[in-house]
Amino acid sequence: MEGTAVLERLTWRVAKVVAVHDETATARTLALAVRDWPGQVAGQHVDVRLTAPDGYSAVRSYSIASAPNSDGYIEITVERLPNGEVSPYLTQEVMIGDELELRGPIGGWFVWRNDQMEPIQLVAGGSGIVPLMAMIRSHRSAGSSAPFRLLYSVREPETVFYRDELRALSNQGDAAVITFAYTRVTPKDWPRAPSRIDAELITSGTWRPALRPTSYVCGPTSFVENATDLLIAAGHDRERIRTERFGATGERK
Amino acid sequence: MSATMNYLDGNAAAGELSRIFAMDITSAEGQCANCGAKRRFAEAHVYSNCPGLVARCALCGHVLLRFANVRGRVFLDLRGTTYLRVDAAKQEEASN
Repeated sequence: MEGTAVLERLTWRVAKVVAVHDETATARTLALAVRDWPGQVAGQHVDVRLTAPDGYSAVRSYSIASAPNSDGYIEITVERLPNGEVSPYLTQEVMIGDELELRGPIGGWFVWRNDQMEPIQLVAGGSGIVPLMAMIRSHRSAGSSAPFRLLYSVREPETVFYRDELRALSNQGDAAVITFAYTRVTPKDWPRAPSRIDAELITSGTWRPALRPTSYVCGPTSFVENATDLLIAAGHDRERIRTERFGATGERK
Repeated sequence: MSATMNYLDGNAAAGELSRIFAMDITSAEGQCANCGAKRRFAEAHVYSNCPGLVARCALCGHVLLRFANVRGRVFLDLRGTTYLRVDAAKQEEASN
């Protein structure tokens, strides 16, 4: 029976909303207190289940944004989608004290563990920043000296998640090196015209392949495919690139 | 292009598959029965816009796994996968 005591089967748990915080005009962070939460590793996600009075239920996956902590709560950041079944409720209607059903933590591949010492390259497209933010926060809270770098592609400056926290980190210099890429609208006097991530940006905004970084790429499927192809073309080892894809709409099913 | 980009990946299937697999499936290595590629399950292309889930080989597109949950009965078809290798000892250590 070796191992049976520690490998707990995933079941639905009750999570209580303890705080809400708007990240952007369409995205909201929910802090959830989860009964008997076993803890998580940075990069893992949870499934959230909502059930209507008639029994119809919908399940969606959301990455955990918070670093592992001993407080028994986690944070998720949800982007509202115009025709979503779940995200409008989670971003507009849910109130402090409400209860949700939650399954997790899920995933043991798209994770960063704080005993990893190699350079880390994070590449985020839109709300793909969420699990990477958990890694950045975990890196900081663990006092890790692994060199971290983030390339974060967003539509426009107003859609940046965790803006103040990322700004504070980039001002600290060596804690994390952050490069923003804007696809539609740039800040004033930005040196680069709005465009998708390209080979030039991969060269200037990521670790050199010779440093043998582990890369984590997260975002919509087309973003992940494009960024991964560019990293490989730049000389990065495919074996050292880990990916997580959101749906084309951004809401994972 | 968007028509061919309507898939997610093995990470998105892990919650549902935890109904059957006690260990983390995303970090498991699987071999495609068609092309022989050995990849982590996290890298498989997952189609969930259907009743259930279909995972395809990221390299050749062959169906690796089909999963359906029909009124409480869970079906799993793994004939497209030659084997799955789970690093059990590592996972047990990590969960300690």
